[in-house]
Formats: sequence, C-alpha cells, structure tokens
Amino acid sequence: MTKTCQPLFRLENESLGYGDHQVLQPFDLTVNQGEKIALIGQSGSGKSTLLRHLRSLSPDIIAWCPQDPGLVPMLSTFHNTYAGSLGQYSLFYNLLNLVFPQKKAIADVRDILMLLGLSEYLSKPVSQLSGGQMQRVGLARAMASGQSLFLGDEPVSAVDEYQAKELMRLISEKHDTCIVALHDIELALAFATRIIGLKDGQIMIDQSAETISSEQITALYSADNED
Amino acid sequence: MKTEAAILRRNSLLLILLAMLCLPLADLELSFPDFWPELSRLGIAIVTPEVIDGWQLLSVLTTTLSFAFQGVVIGAVAGFVLALGYGNAWVRGFAAFIRAIHELFWALIFIQLTGLTSLTGLLALAIPYAGTFAKVFGEIFEESDHKPRDALTGSRFVVFFYTTLPLAWRRMVDYSAYRFECGIRSSVVLGFVGLPTVGFHLESLFSQGEYSQAVAMLYALFLIIGSTRLWLIKQLIPLYVLLSFVWLPPVADIQWSMIWQFFTVDIVPAPLKYSTGSLSDWFRLLFSKQIGPGIANTMILTQLSLAMTLLFAVLLIPLRSKLFCGNGRIVGHSLLVMLRTTPEYLLAFIGVIVLGPSMLPGMLALSIHNAAILAHLSGRFVDQLAFREDRPSGMLLYCYEVLPRIYRQFMALLLYRWEVIQRESAILGILGIPTLGFYIDSAFEEFRLDRAMLLILVTALLNVLIDKCARSLRPSSG
Repeated sequence: MTKTCQPLFRLENESLGYGDHQVLQPFDLTVNQGEKIALIGQSGSGKSTLLRHLRSLSPDIIAWCPQDPGLVPMLSTFHNTYAGSLGQYSLFYNLLNLVFPQKKAIADVRDILMLLGLSEYLSKPVSQLSGGQMQRVGLARAMASGQSLFLGDEPVSAVDEYQAKELMRLISEKHDTCIVALHDIELALAFATRIIGLKDGQIMIDQSAETISSEQITALYSADNED
Repeated sequence: MKTEAAILRRNSLLLILLAMLCLPLADLELSFPDFWPELSRLGIAIVTPEVIDGWQLLSVLTTTLSFAFQGVVIGAVAGFVLALGYGNAWVRGFAAFIRAIHELFWALIFIQLTGLTSLTGLLALAIPYAGTFAKVFGEIFEESDHKPRDALTGSRFVVFFYTTLPLAWRRMVDYSAYRFECGIRSSVVLGFVGLPTVGFHLESLFSQGEYSQAVAMLYALFLIIGSTRLWLIKQLIPLYVLLSFVWLPPVADIQWSMIWQFFTVDIVPAPLKYSTGSLSDWFRLLFSKQIGPGIANTMILTQLSLAMTLLFAVLLIPLRSKLFCGNGRIVGHSLLVMLRTTPEYLLAFIGVIVLGPSMLPGMLALSIHNAAILAHLSGRFVDQLAFREDRPSGMLLYCYEVLPRIYRQFMALLLYRWEVIQRESAILGILGIPTLGFYIDSAFEEFRLDRAMLLILVTALLNVLIDKCARSLRPSSG
C-alpha cells in the first residue's frame, strides 16, 4: 500500500503506572496503520496496562475488546452487541433500540453474530450463555463499533484452540490494524506481523514476527535471574 | 485495651444517661382528665367494632391507597431523574433537604398553595419521597458494576441506559415495592392535616366519641397493612397505580394569584412586610419563644425515645426468636408486625386520647414503634447464630451469648433510627406536644406563614445535622 502513513500511535519516552507504582518503564512505541501486532509476555508484565493506555488516547476510533468483556447479564445478545455501536447513532435511535429493536439494527447485529457463530442467541439474555460464548459476544460488541483499529486483551482465551485460530483470522480480516495481547505464542506468531514482548515492565522484544527466534521467546518467559 | 463490648456498653450507658438528664426537663405529666373512663370506653370499643357505612369505609381506604400509589410513583420518577445527577454535590444537597422536611409539613405548605386537594396530597408525598429515592437510586447506580460502562464509547447518558440501568433495575424495583408500604403509612397520616385519608376520619370519629367506628376503621387499616404481602405484588403495582389515578385524579383549582401572594407576601418575614421593628428583633423573639423551646423539646423527646427504644428492643428481641419462644414466637411476631406497621403518629394520636397531650404518649409511641422495627431486624440475626452444646439457657443465654454477638449490628440500626425518631419527634408536635411541629402547626393556624416557613427550615436543618452526626458515629458494619 502506498498510503502516506501517519502513525496511529507515537509514544516517546512514555512510562505508565498508577500512583507510585510504575508498571511500564519509559519506552518508545510507534504503531502504523495496517500493522497486526501481538503483545506477549507473562501475566503482570504490563500488557493490559499498555492496551488500556493506548485506548485512552483515542477511545472513539477503537474497536475495544477488554479481557473481562463486562457484558450486561440481563440484556440480550442483541443489546450487548449493539451497545458497541452506540457512538455511531443518535440518542433517540439508541434509546428506541433499547426498547423496540429496529429491523435495520437487528440485521446489522445478526450479520456480526453470524460470523461469530452466535446468531441463534440473538434474543437470549447473555446470563444464559457459556463463558466462551460471552467472550464472543464481547468480540461481537467490539466489531459492532465499525472501527478499523482493534485493541484486544486476550480476546480468545476462553475458546478452544481451533476456534481461537478462526476468530483471530476473522479479527485480522475485519480490522485494518490490530493490537492484541495473547498468551498463546503459536497463535500470536500465526496472526501477527509484529511481535512486542514485555517483561517486568520493559519492552524486551519489538520486531517482525518472521525474524523472531525461539530463544528470544524462552528468554521472555524465563524466570527472573536478577534476584 | 478495651474490648469492643466494653465500648458498646459505654455508648449504650451514655445514651441512657443522656436520657436521664433529659428526664427532669421533659413534660411527662399524666394529664388524665378522664383517664379511666376514656380507657374503659376504648377497651369496650376494641371488642365492639362497628361499621355504619361499609361503602364509605371502602372509599376512605381506596383514597388512602390512591394517595400512596401516586405519591410513591411520582416520587420514584422524580427521584430517578435526580439520581442521574447524584454525582453532583448540589443535587445530593437538594435531595437531602427535600427529604428532611416531613410529608406532613409539605402538606401544610401545599394546603396554602393548592388547597385541600388531591394534588396537595400527591405533592406532599412525592416530594420527600423523591429525595429518598434519589439517594437510594444514586447509591445503587454507584455500586453497580462499572466494567460494562467502561468498555463502551458513546455519550455517557446513552451508555447509562445500556449498562448501569439494566444492572440496577432489579434492586430499584425491589426497593420501590418496599416504599409502597411506607407510602400507605404516610398517606394514612396525611389525614391528620385534613386530607381525606384514614387519618382524617379517625381523628373526627375519635373526637366525636365514636370509638367503636374508629376502632373498626383501625382494624380495617391493620388488615390492609398486615396483608401487603398477599396483595402488594410487584406485577400488579402498575395496575394499582393506574386505578389510583382514575379514582383520585390529582387536580386542584389553582389560583395563581394566591400562589404569587404566598411567595411575595405571605412568607416574607413580618418586619420586612410591614416595615415594623427590625429583622433581628423579630428573629430573636421568635428564637426565644418558639425556635429555642421547640428545638429543646424536640431533642428531649428524641433522646428519651431513643433510650426507651433501646430498652424496649432488648426486651422484645427474644419475643420473635425461635431460640427463646419456640413456636410461641408466632404471637410475638404478629405483635411486632402490628406495632411496626402502625404509623408512630397514629400510635401517638391514640396515646394522646388516653394519656393527655404530654411527651409521655409521644415517647411511648416512638419507642414502641421503633423498638418493634429494631427487634424484628435484630431477631433475624439471632436465628442465624450457632451456639456451643453446653450453652446456658434462658436469661443467661440471652445476656451472655446472644446480646454480645448481635449488639454491634443492633447499635448500628439504633443509630440509623436516630434521625428517623428526630424527624417524627418534630412532627408529633401537631398533636399538641410542644416540639417544633407544635409551633409550625400553630403558625399555620394563625396564618403566620413567615414564621411557619422559618420553623420548617430550622426543623429540616436540625434533621440534616442529626443525620450527619449519626453517620459519623455509626460503627462500620462488618
């Protein structure tokens, strides 16, 4: 592609944390349009913090899929999915859909649910769904936003290996740019063009997925030998 | 180091000591001009209830329920709107202020504006209830899971409807259903300032000496209040509300000139209105003659009632507990249900008839009613307790095993009732006990609305103050 590539994110000498606790040491990070980035690293290494920070920079242009999907159990799959697209419509249309779902909205949501194999649960309250199904509703909600920049924190952790691969392919296909935290290395390598590895609040790896070596990954997940 | 029990014991003793200090200041005179004859007439009436006009009775009860349903519904809707802005300190302050003014005071104010009409009754209930609903709904919203709303973009208003509201809905409905019971009690009491509910008819029947008819009406009321579990069903409430608006359309012949006069002339302090004397002299005189004594008497009645509530509740707790009364607790339980569902104002009203207008009937009514509520709530903790096998029994079991274990929650509940008792102490003045309500009622009767409004303002501020005090003293639960 020959776009004049304005980077989506450019962070310089950024450090992240809450209160006195620093989660990410100062780092530089640039994300360009079209990149498929996998964030890897042990739990607690700062992946979620980094994702949340990136989202906070421009929440309105992001398809957001948090680790805990935060669904509203008493609402239907339709409503939980539609909720992802609230920013696109008028106040009146949104409130109307809450009480009387409109044909057009239902059709749009059904298209997304179809892709995720959830169309039969359209009118079911999500409290009746399984953990894996709920996670897919979270994904559907992110996709309903219609944004081309996808940020996901372990979006497929609760489904089986085969399904995970399919879903990652779908995410990648539907979104121009993706930044996804994954604990499954194999999945990360299959999906991503670029790998960012975090360890102890530092970016240890940041390179193309093709050039990464298994030693690097072993080092990333090895126990600390500093103390 | 002091044990927790020692601290609780000290606090309880302080509470009782404070009440003892109030005792010599309180007017507890048994001014029974006709104590025995009245009591015997009441006694006879209790066993000879009499219904002269069944349809009229039914109509009074329906009107009472209609006021309750309308007031609670409108209050809930207005409270919901206020709760949307509950993060704002001004909104919270406004809600606290409108609920600090008792529904009877609101009624007295609105009678000046919209007359003795159904609209007045509706507003008198809906306004303070809106303040309470705002607080409760606002707190439910704050406590509801924030993850769903954090995950969404779009206007906060719409996101609220898609996340927080559905999450909070169930608790809101449950709470509203409970408030209908309170609404019925409030509606009954509204009758005592002239609105056509049960209270109005009770007052006239008692004053005409028609005790048997009055007692019959009381029985009908007990039946309705005691059986709410059977008929006050969540799903039916919309129907009841609809019927209530059909039965009692909230209309009033509003005369705007009167309303205009109320705000621009009637409530303007006399010295400003007639340019006689200074405002500070007016206030000083009012303070020394009414506000000061009113506050003093209200607080004396409050503290006496609070201490008596503590004592009565400690005596009543075993009555509803399986542990002490076995199956006999049914009797105790029914007695407590009756005492706690009867509005304290009604108990005080009957007390005044028998004992005369001193603090005594007020204190008895407040402490019996609140003790029944406390005993009911604490009794539930008792039934959850587990004991060792070689436990003592009877009195020893209660004092050494039960009370120490439940006392922390008990004190928390008692402190919560403090503000409620204070609010009611002020209101009982309308019955002739010289608390703030007495001076407010007299001011309305003399059409000195400037005084009335100032006194109501003072009463509301006193209530907000007590609420703040109780909040800071309350032991944290857990």
